[in-house]
Amino acid sequence: MISMWLLLLNIQCLFIPQGSNKMIIRNNAITEDDWIVLRLGEQESAEDITVAAGKVIVPLKVWLAQRDALQQRHEIGVWLASDERPEDLKGDIEKFSVIAVDFPKFSDGRGYSIAYNLRARLGYTGELRAIGDVLRDQLFYMRRVGFDAFAPRPDRKIEDALKGLTDFSEVYQTSFDQKLPLFRRVQRKGNSPAGLVNE
Amino acid sequence: MYRYDEYDQQIVNERVDQYRDQVRRRLSGELTEQEFLPLRLQNGLYMQIHGYMLRIAVPYGFISSKQMRMFAHIARKYDRGYGHFTTRQNIQFNWLKLEDTPDILAELASVEMHAIQTSGNCVRNITSDEFAGVAQDEVVDPRPYAEILRQWSTFHPEFAYLPRKFKIAISGGKEDRAAIYAHDIGLSVTKNAQGEVGFRVLVGGGLGRTPIIGVEICEFVPWQHILTYVESILRIYNQYGRRDNKYKARIKILVKALGIDEFKRQVEADWADLKEGPGTLTIEEVNRVASFFTDPAYETLTDHDSALNEFKADSRSFSNWMMRNVKPHRVPGYAIVVLSLKKPGDAPGDATAEQMEAIADLADRYSFGELRITHKQNLVLADVKQQDLIRLWQEATEYEVASPNIGLLTDMISCPGAEFCTLANARSIPLAKSIAKRFEDLDFQHDIGEISINISGCVNACGQHHIGNIGITGVEKKDHDEWYQVSLGGAEGNHSSLSKILGPSFTFNQVPEVIDRILQVYLRERVEAESFIDTVRRIGHAPFKEHVYATDFDVEEEEVIDKHVVTSAQYSVPFYSPRF
Repeated sequence: MISMWLLLLNIQCLFIPQGSNKMIIRNNAITEDDWIVLRLGEQESAEDITVAAGKVIVPLKVWLAQRDALQQRHEIGVWLASDERPEDLKGDIEKFSVIAVDFPKFSDGRGYSIAYNLRARLGYTGELRAIGDVLRDQLFYMRRVGFDAFAPRPDRKIEDALKGLTDFSEVYQTSFDQKLPLFRRVQRKGNSPAGLVNE
Repeated sequence: MYRYDEYDQQIVNERVDQYRDQVRRRLSGELTEQEFLPLRLQNGLYMQIHGYMLRIAVPYGFISSKQMRMFAHIARKYDRGYGHFTTRQNIQFNWLKLEDTPDILAELASVEMHAIQTSGNCVRNITSDEFAGVAQDEVVDPRPYAEILRQWSTFHPEFAYLPRKFKIAISGGKEDRAAIYAHDIGLSVTKNAQGEVGFRVLVGGGLGRTPIIGVEICEFVPWQHILTYVESILRIYNQYGRRDNKYKARIKILVKALGIDEFKRQVEADWADLKEGPGTLTIEEVNRVASFFTDPAYETLTDHDSALNEFKADSRSFSNWMMRNVKPHRVPGYAIVVLSLKKPGDAPGDATAEQMEAIADLADRYSFGELRITHKQNLVLADVKQQDLIRLWQEATEYEVASPNIGLLTDMISCPGAEFCTLANARSIPLAKSIAKRFEDLDFQHDIGEISINISGCVNACGQHHIGNIGITGVEKKDHDEWYQVSLGGAEGNHSSLSKILGPSFTFNQVPEVIDRILQVYLRERVEAESFIDTVRRIGHAPFKEHVYATDFDVEEEEVIDKHVVTSAQYSVPFYSPRF
């Protein structure tokens, strides 16, 4: 069964998870994590798949198909694909211990707006995790739009990925992390006549 | 012009460090080329045929003489002694080494410059009116808003991986000089009947494979709300723009698919949540940024005619230059001067390090140390005293930036073409040179008058061929030879229109003859002082098509062994190249 799992993961995301107690970044620190991300194989349907016991992050489709049973669980997570709508979770937001957003390719930026909408529009306050093709150079942006947990691609050193969160120490615009734009947060200098002179 | 405060400087410095580390990881193999690609693109670095090309951002086309000197320094130290000014008011260096690029960015940061988001699927450099602040027809100065938008879009976390690139242009004059109809978002800053400042917002314009003129999404967005309104447009686009086909990924395709009414409904539903929120602009911030764009210390002068008129009568070259390259200024006694980077024989938009330094000196002596880059690949000295025009003209002539051809036939727009670019099907710059040579005669050019010829090496339209009165496009054919499509009737500005293809394509050496035949029809058909575009609009394509294809072409084609070989520029200005 586990080898089937690995095979499926391999097909789905082209890399293999390293052991069951994998490491993720949560709240700016590397930490162990025991959530399992369930991905449907080609032959599997959202209605029929058996969701294993324990801490499972299920695809949105599975949640919608098996909502009645899944919401009885003590802990459940859900993940959204980049073409899925966070509004489909409206009313259910409180039920999840974790919501994840999948990046099928790091260059697919829809997940940023999904995260923003989950946080800013749907008021989700729990763990929001980036999964899939999650790489160091995108982490800073991901955190800004509301992600607080990251499962970096397992073929990369997670310690390196952590560095991506500190690329910049100041930002101009509002997003989820920063409720005020720079111009409302600090007193910025206007032009002094001396500044006109071209040194 | 705008000056960095400690926040701007810190952000740009941290970018240099971030990018330096990305290059280090790429060189060590830690990053694959596929992973590095979007990172380097968001820093304006392309891999072209001969090496790396770096596109440096010139926000809304404004630079100081000090920054221009930095370009000259970069040209000498890292490139082949010259640079190329682009249609989006930036500058490109074509012959760089990857390992040098972090140092180049550090040097740029020392003069408040960067290459952030000059490429990639993100919000690109904001472009604007090259005559902003000095034009006689200006309603509202667009520069403070262009700077505010620059800051807002810089490293916007949500919109760094859009379906495709995203270009915003802003203009504030009665006449649109920023081609706002050809941008993903076009903004016209204006005043309503009550005298309040706001924006007419256009969306979904663009050239490329599917040229579309932008449509109005909102007639008047009050200035306080422009950032949040633009944010909502981008959020809808980021979520729903197509990502399955890069040729259908621009916002224009989404706007077309949904229809402007439905697109507007979605944008405004999103915006309802942001309007009046913390992203709303404050008058303090607008005033702060506007304080960098106040008038320089103009002297009280009168329009200075007698000496100029005398000299004009003596010198035909000067009077031609006055007629074509000098534009009226809103302050009495001053003039706007366009320095031409279109000397026939040189690559359109190219300047050598020596020219850049000479131009920087001219800016210091005659125009408060500031310069603008135009979207037609020329340079502007915006605040020249009329009494200095003769001396300025003499000095500019020495450095070959005084060709009196602004708006004329040889003031062509050209993309770099197949010599440099992997996308191009055909060469652009040699064709521009060949056309310029054929029509070099100034009397002829002045007789033809206002006309625009825009050349792109492929359908991606970096040379903006769709909005040229005559557009030329390199097209792909099975034989892999160079073929060019010629189109007619494009225009930019308030009466923007897209050109239509004339007919079957032509060889390299046929194109100048085709243009000659088109001009023959114009000269035959024009009524009084009618401009070329007006004649085309009045009589339609048929007479042109009929005449162009009526007789065979008697031209010889030299065989092009390799269209990627760059014909080195024949600059008569010293050409300095320590590294190659």
